[in-house]
Amino acid sequence: MKIDSDMVEYLANLSRLNLSEKEKSEMQIELNSIVKQIGKLDELDVDNIPPIASMAPQKSVFREDKVLESLDSEDVFKNAPERIGNFFKVPRIIEE
Amino acid sequence: MNYETVIGLEVHVELLTKSKMFCGCNNEFSTESNKHCCPVCLGMPGALPVLNKGVVEYAVKASLALNCEVAEFSKFDRKIYFYPDMPSAYQISQYEIPLARNGHIDVETADGHIRPIGVHTLHMEEDAGKLIHEEGKPYSQVDLDRAGVPLVEIVSEPDIRSADEASQYLNNLKTLLQYAEVSDCKMEEGSLRCDLNISIRPEGSSEFGTKVEVKNLGSFRVVRRAIEYEEKRQKEILESGGKVVQETRRWDEQRGKTVHMRGKVDNRYSPEYNLPPVILTQEWIEEIRQSLPELPHQRKKRYIEQFGLPSYDAEVITSSKELSNFYEECVEHYHDPKTVSNWVMVELMGLLNETGKEIEDVIFKPKQLANMLSMIDKGTISGKIAKDVFKEMFDTGKDPDDIVKEKGLIQISDEQELEEIARDAIQQNPQSVEDYKNGKKKALGFLVGQVMKATKGKANPQMANKILKDLLDK
Repeated sequence: MKIDSDMVEYLANLSRLNLSEKEKSEMQIELNSIVKQIGKLDELDVDNIPPIASMAPQKSVFREDKVLESLDSEDVFKNAPERIGNFFKVPRIIEE
Repeated sequence: MNYETVIGLEVHVELLTKSKMFCGCNNEFSTESNKHCCPVCLGMPGALPVLNKGVVEYAVKASLALNCEVAEFSKFDRKIYFYPDMPSAYQISQYEIPLARNGHIDVETADGHIRPIGVHTLHMEEDAGKLIHEEGKPYSQVDLDRAGVPLVEIVSEPDIRSADEASQYLNNLKTLLQYAEVSDCKMEEGSLRCDLNISIRPEGSSEFGTKVEVKNLGSFRVVRRAIEYEEKRQKEILESGGKVVQETRRWDEQRGKTVHMRGKVDNRYSPEYNLPPVILTQEWIEEIRQSLPELPHQRKKRYIEQFGLPSYDAEVITSSKELSNFYEECVEHYHDPKTVSNWVMVELMGLLNETGKEIEDVIFKPKQLANMLSMIDKGTISGKIAKDVFKEMFDTGKDPDDIVKEKGLIQISDEQELEEIARDAIQQNPQSVEDYKNGKKKALGFLVGQVMKATKGKANPQMANKILKDLLDK
């Protein structure tokens, strides 16, 4: 698989990234290198190997259903660019 | 041409665990905003989710209540999207291998047959936050208390053929999950939400038409209206030679119709590598099955066996858990279960219907109804007056004893007093007396009615009947 400039723009759009022309061409080189690297896997014969769901140990990990303390109200908003009262404030979401 | 409607429903149900799905934040319905938040549900970089064991138990209970097969192995995926209701920009869900499959919920078709509606899958996922868009403001407000609240999503097979069947499916699903005690299923608080997939096709065709998804359905009534609206809209398009466009629409309550919301989107999923798979043993699934509370069909069977109720009564009363709890508490205090069922089904359900209230809103106690029924048995009030007492009790929550005293509703069972009133009735209605003597036995009923009227319903009807008959037959 080859990453062309259209693919770079498509991926940038999906990721909501505004890239300059310079960044786009850099990105194209890097992505091609990554895809090539991953393409190595194609050399393996995996016909009789069942797919695995995750790299984590195949064992359930749970926490008990207990309520722990939440963040202090002010800390919740510490990283928020904008707030209004006890809400996060974001640009209006157009639904129509 | 005649068309057949094909409907599939996706129902999201919030689970009643104490804490959220992947963190220890409180899972109570919050009336404030952004109070139950932590780095995990705020999607802070580096914060790691850990699955709440209670969520798995509740989700397995829900699966079993809906007759699903529970998978011993399931896993989580990320549904990736950009929207400020989810700060991590993905929702943790189960896409590839869901918790449960192949369930069913029974409905009754128009011709009286029981038909199972397939439950395709049931999976666990986290809820997203809430967005508030105030009219005319250039911004939206985000409340993340709901982000990370545990949900199960129940996806039906496209087996539903009418608005009626859809209503029954939803009602039965809600009843089953309430009995299983996994969710309160309150649509007005958003703990049960429903999306609709609907298409139509020529009758007899086995291919599906182009489907439309409808979101923002706030009540079962709206689901019904949206189905009826879409049936009509899609039929008109096809009959004028057009094509139904695959899109997402939403219900516009003000205009009473569905409107375009957005085109078809392909959701992008990736594996959730921060969470290990969910592996269940048969022993644990069995243990959860044993811990399930009594389900509606089991309770119905018990009512028929233990209380001797007709199947119809048992069905109606167990159709709501709250209603049947109310019924059962009343039966504890009164000896005749069938009399209680008559009062619950006719008077209580009648008033609920009339006032648009739910059984949860009823302010009098089941024991008060039992007391009132005993007052009828003792002859303190007549069955007729009891209906007024019941209405007053429904409205005010007052004790039947007090209502009867306050309103002077005690039944007149004094023979002398009744005889006087009966004599007046006979005197004032010579025509009825003559009719009676000429063999029209119905005329007696009319005279009893006059006595009841004169006493404002307080006369003991059996006694009035007997006294009148004795006087007339003299």
